Amino acid sequence: MELVEAIVLSVLAASTPLLIAATGELVTERSGVLNLGVEGMMIVGAACGFGGAWLTGSIFVGALFGIVAGTLMSLIFALMALGLAVNQVATGLALTILGVGLSGLIGAGFVGERITPAAHLHIPGLTDVPLVGRVLFGEDAFVYFSLALIIGVWWFLYRTRAGLILRACGDNHVSAHALGYPVLRIRTLAVMFGGACAGLAGAYLPLAYTPFFIPGMTAGRGWIALALVVFASWRPGRLVIGAYLFGAVTILQLHAQGWGVGIPSQFMSALPYLATVIVLVLLSRARTGGSTAPAALGTVFVPDR
Amino acid sequence: MQLVLEKRAERSNTIALISPLIAIGLTIVTMTILFAILGKNPLLALQAYFIAPLTDGYSLQEIAVKATPLVMIAIGLSLCYLANAWNIGAEGQFLIGAVAGSWIAVKTQGTDAGVWVLPAMLVLAAAAGALYALIPAICKVKFGASEILTSLMLVYVADLLLDYLVRGPWRDPNGFNFPTTAEFDPVATVPLLIEGGRLHLGSIIALLVVAAAAVLLGRTIKGFEIRVVGAAPRAARFGGFNSNQLILLTFAISGALAGLAGIIEVAGPVGHLQPGISPGYGFTAIIVAFLGRLNPIGILIAGLFLALTFIGGEQAQIAMKIPLDVTKVFQGILLFYVLACDSLILYRFKLVFPNRQVARGAG
Repeated sequence: MELVEAIVLSVLAASTPLLIAATGELVTERSGVLNLGVEGMMIVGAACGFGGAWLTGSIFVGALFGIVAGTLMSLIFALMALGLAVNQVATGLALTILGVGLSGLIGAGFVGERITPAAHLHIPGLTDVPLVGRVLFGEDAFVYFSLALIIGVWWFLYRTRAGLILRACGDNHVSAHALGYPVLRIRTLAVMFGGACAGLAGAYLPLAYTPFFIPGMTAGRGWIALALVVFASWRPGRLVIGAYLFGAVTILQLHAQGWGVGIPSQFMSALPYLATVIVLVLLSRARTGGSTAPAALGTVFVPDR
Repeated sequence: MQLVLEKRAERSNTIALISPLIAIGLTIVTMTILFAILGKNPLLALQAYFIAPLTDGYSLQEIAVKATPLVMIAIGLSLCYLANAWNIGAEGQFLIGAVAGSWIAVKTQGTDAGVWVLPAMLVLAAAAGALYALIPAICKVKFGASEILTSLMLVYVADLLLDYLVRGPWRDPNGFNFPTTAEFDPVATVPLLIEGGRLHLGSIIALLVVAAAAVLLGRTIKGFEIRVVGAAPRAARFGGFNSNQLILLTFAISGALAGLAGIIEVAGPVGHLQPGISPGYGFTAIIVAFLGRLNPIGILIAGLFLALTFIGGEQAQIAMKIPLDVTKVFQGILLFYVLACDSLILYRFKLVFPNRQVARGAG
């Protein structure tokens, strides 16, 4: 039973960065912009987040550093893809290449340093309830925040006028423009939100998941977050399921390695990546009768005046 | 005041030619600022990066050696990108090619196998790279799965496979437990062009690949189809071109070239299979492809330039303690400027003052 509890706890921890990054990208893509630079924004968020926490000793400041760093990175993307109408796929790749280099440069100063990781909630009585206590009431703040975030995004997209306008930009930018909505400004805000989330997701890794920074520590999580948005058919509810499923795959392969299953560890480590490929294939195949992707996703929009 | 884009009546050919040069110029300006922030003398740093490697014969050979995989991979990628197929997993195809070719080298080690070993390694590596690239391509045309994500995921898988092989079954028993295969036999090694130098046969193969791509794109129907499918998908449909078939074809070619580059790197400059055989060639090649404007000759020049930054980065690290990550930052910034300048080919920039008279002539 203790083991089950430990596994559930570690699944939640492993899923949280995926969920936060994918939530941000979902909003970005819903506005019609495909930002492939999630990995780059995450890794810079990780380096800056750790740096902030290491310098000030505050996890909260670290998280803020991560958010600001991710947002700044996303502004570069917005300037290129929205301001200069550059191909979004290529710009996103450039953002990732730049991010990997920048994070190495920023993080070089504190490789090998350690911080006290984010504290876990403890409510006397509730947290001590057997089985469910620690799972429900014993997480770090990021876990609760990620769930609040996705609920907030769902409410925003489907229950507010602003959310409806954002989705309109993503489905038909020409019509949205004709109705007088500032398509590029709305998209810029959506891209910035995506960047902030990616930065926070990156910062989560050295602030709560492992209490130190190593170069390349995001290890493709940004790309998996992108795949999750496809998996979720651009819907917030499904995103939660997808993120926790992927977190589970990551953790189960780690435990399987620990139990000494006779499979080389490298093959187990490859599982999350292979699972992503298989899920993408199965989902794309099951989706008959038109795509659920925002209709204008990834297309260039230059307003005529 | 607001910056807006205005579509040009037709694409500007002058800017198409000079845009890579503008991009390089802007990158160097940005790097000067970055060096100053890092507390290094910008002039000395630029000299270490761009001039010093050009001044001695050893470094010049080393540039050609580094450019070889970059050019070969980028040529393949350019075909994909021209056909609007986004293969970004060349790094994985490179590694799989290296693994497949090394299999022959490892299995024939110590036997008196003949001169067929190296050619067989090259063929097998190309075939393995092509097959590995066909996985995302088939997922794309059969099931509609995003080739961007699947091809990238397979990079991590290839990396782990290589890691497993050199730590497990293929590890050199006399290698002090280092994760590496034994040094390849002479028959399994790419021959050097100059005795005692660094330049090897792979560079000649890269030049042949450039020539072949120039012929394919400029002189054949298939090359024409690739360009039309990417540039004008509707026209291509009316023309009866099969875009799915072209996705498979361009992925297979680029995978084969990346795989070939992988085995040439392992059987050439490295000499054995080990983790970390690639400093991100597959990703840097994306920059090479765009900087070369998806044109074979342009890619050759761009490949040499990016190779210069690798060598310059190493020399700057040794001479001035500039971190190696600066090279990656440099490459990322360069790609941004290249893409931004390419935007000038189709659009002109204009400054607009809302509620006032429209300003003219900015850019």
